[in-house]
Amino acid sequence: MTTATVSRWDRFRESFFWYSFKRDKVAIASFLVLLAMVLAAVFAPWLAPADPYDLAQINIMNSELPPVGLDGADPAFPLGTDAQGRDLLSTILYGTRVSLMIGFGAVVLQAALGILFGLLAGYLGGKVDAILMRIADVQLSFSTLMVAIIVGAVFKASFGNLMFGEIAIYMLIFIIGVAEWPQIARTVRASVLAEKKKEYVDAAKVMGFGTPRIMFRHILPNTLSPIFVIATVQIANAIISEAALSFLGLGMPETQPSLGSLIKSGFDYIQSGSWWITLIPGLVLVVLVLVINLLGDWLRDVMNPRLYKG
Amino acid sequence: MLAFLVQRISQALLVMFVISIIAFAIQDGLGDPLQEMVGMSVSAEEREAIREELGLNDPFLVQYLRFAGNAIQGDLGNSYFYSKPALEVIAEHLPATLELVIGASLIIIFLSVPIGVYAAIRPQAWLSKFFMGVSTVGISIPVFLTAIVLIQLFSIGVTVNWFPADTGWGQWLNDFFTTEGGLPSYGRGDDLVHLFGTWESGLFTSEGLAHLVLPCVSLASIMLPLFIRLIRAEMMEVLQSDYIRYARAKGLSAGRINFLHALKNTMLPVITVGGVQIGIMVAYTILTETVFQWPGLGLMFLEAITRSDIPLIVAYLMVVGLIFVVTNTLVDLIYGLVNPTVKLTGKKA
Repeated sequence: MTTATVSRWDRFRESFFWYSFKRDKVAIASFLVLLAMVLAAVFAPWLAPADPYDLAQINIMNSELPPVGLDGADPAFPLGTDAQGRDLLSTILYGTRVSLMIGFGAVVLQAALGILFGLLAGYLGGKVDAILMRIADVQLSFSTLMVAIIVGAVFKASFGNLMFGEIAIYMLIFIIGVAEWPQIARTVRASVLAEKKKEYVDAAKVMGFGTPRIMFRHILPNTLSPIFVIATVQIANAIISEAALSFLGLGMPETQPSLGSLIKSGFDYIQSGSWWITLIPGLVLVVLVLVINLLGDWLRDVMNPRLYKG
Repeated sequence: MLAFLVQRISQALLVMFVISIIAFAIQDGLGDPLQEMVGMSVSAEEREAIREELGLNDPFLVQYLRFAGNAIQGDLGNSYFYSKPALEVIAEHLPATLELVIGASLIIIFLSVPIGVYAAIRPQAWLSKFFMGVSTVGISIPVFLTAIVLIQLFSIGVTVNWFPADTGWGQWLNDFFTTEGGLPSYGRGDDLVHLFGTWESGLFTSEGLAHLVLPCVSLASIMLPLFIRLIRAEMMEVLQSDYIRYARAKGLSAGRINFLHALKNTMLPVITVGGVQIGIMVAYTILTETVFQWPGLGLMFLEAITRSDIPLIVAYLMVVGLIFVVTNTLVDLIYGLVNPTVKLTGKKA
């Protein structure tokens, strides 16, 4: 099997990664649920019975219809309708899409910032390290949610409601990405500190490679597995942060709802008995975050060398 | 130790300085207070006169120095909406938030310690696994969603008729899942006791306490899983240590080992982490207070944002920043006192 012709796929199937995945029922179930949700979100325009962004398809007479199985339900709306008469199933599919987009986008941004600052702090050390990590400490001590809420509030107040609504998706990616970069920077810095003492780094230095090349081409690839673990958990955190911001009215507008703004708009009607408008998107949000967290836990167990040996 | 003290305090001052600059930059760059204060009918000259009077036309540095000078003397300007000093408005809203945080902290302490210790002592018991499973799920539920579910269950009430009502067990299951509702989910109630200053307390009347239940449980729900996991992890590590093995070999009773020897050393890191978490709780009070219309600082802050009440926003940032900086510095100092091996950053051995 150890010939040069072994394909990547074979190597993957022989790996410890795949082996432990096959044996972990929770991981398999979480992965399948996540895969189903991501696919449903990506293909929302084809799967959804209605287009919630299209005002022409909405009939206010259909508002607050309960899900199928309850009195007064309309089979055309399997999960019922919201207060504006939008089909809840469709808004949830589109909402999941928005939530996932912001979650991934924010993690890509914070990974970029975190990797850059973490590498600089860890590899250069000294003053750079002290300053960057102090900033990270202070920012973390304020809790990322607090930072995100304040930045969101300032942006919303300075752009105004309408303008903010139009660019909300990019704003949220920016806010959450900037609020959470210290998490990844710390992880990267810790692994860089361990890596930079190794011989291959000395060898690269002796060969005369420049600092950027050593940092990004030699050290970075060796710090990828902790980054991968923490990035997974951070996607879940970003989705929760986005939902919290949207719930406070600092996130996605109701015309282009994410799961958080669906929960918010439904909350106004919970006292009138229409629990499904807020609780069904809420359930979808919890399942989405839970499966990502469970996958993150499993990844941590698999990739953590300390646990692997012990 | 003195160097450590000086370093930590000067760092705290530096952070407060940065916060004040950020807060002031927000004040300077954000919105137009005139729009909130005067109507459309006011002429351009009158607007300009008011701007001049408020000092809004001065250069940035002059305005910042004036702002910082006033802030040190405890004057953060007047709230546009309430037309009184912003700090006074904050003092009026602070007790509500404090009572919420105190209630939630009590729930967290009285639940997380026993559950965490139990899960550490008997990691294989089904009850431990149940608690750990629940706390994994709990971490994934945003605090506002817990709050909404609690409102649905215990304030509005749920009537369940999924099971056949004509059979005994069906009726029993229906009754089991049906909840009464009736707990208040809005505000603090009318029956508040005046303590001192601006402190109107809901802790001494049944109505006030009833209003506290759902908000406190919601706020506690987000921190509880973290604390259970933390206590369990710390306790399990302590139980591996030599002195515990020695105590066992000596034949001390399990209760004495677990609760006297092990728990004492478990709580040290838990308390320091807990101090930081209480600061983080401030962020979650914004969400909890929004759901329950709880008239505390968080709700006040959000309302200040929608009203562009900039002095109040800035005052909130300064006060919350101060709370964070003070708690973190205290926690650092206490940790430095109890654990002298902590090294100064920048002075690596």
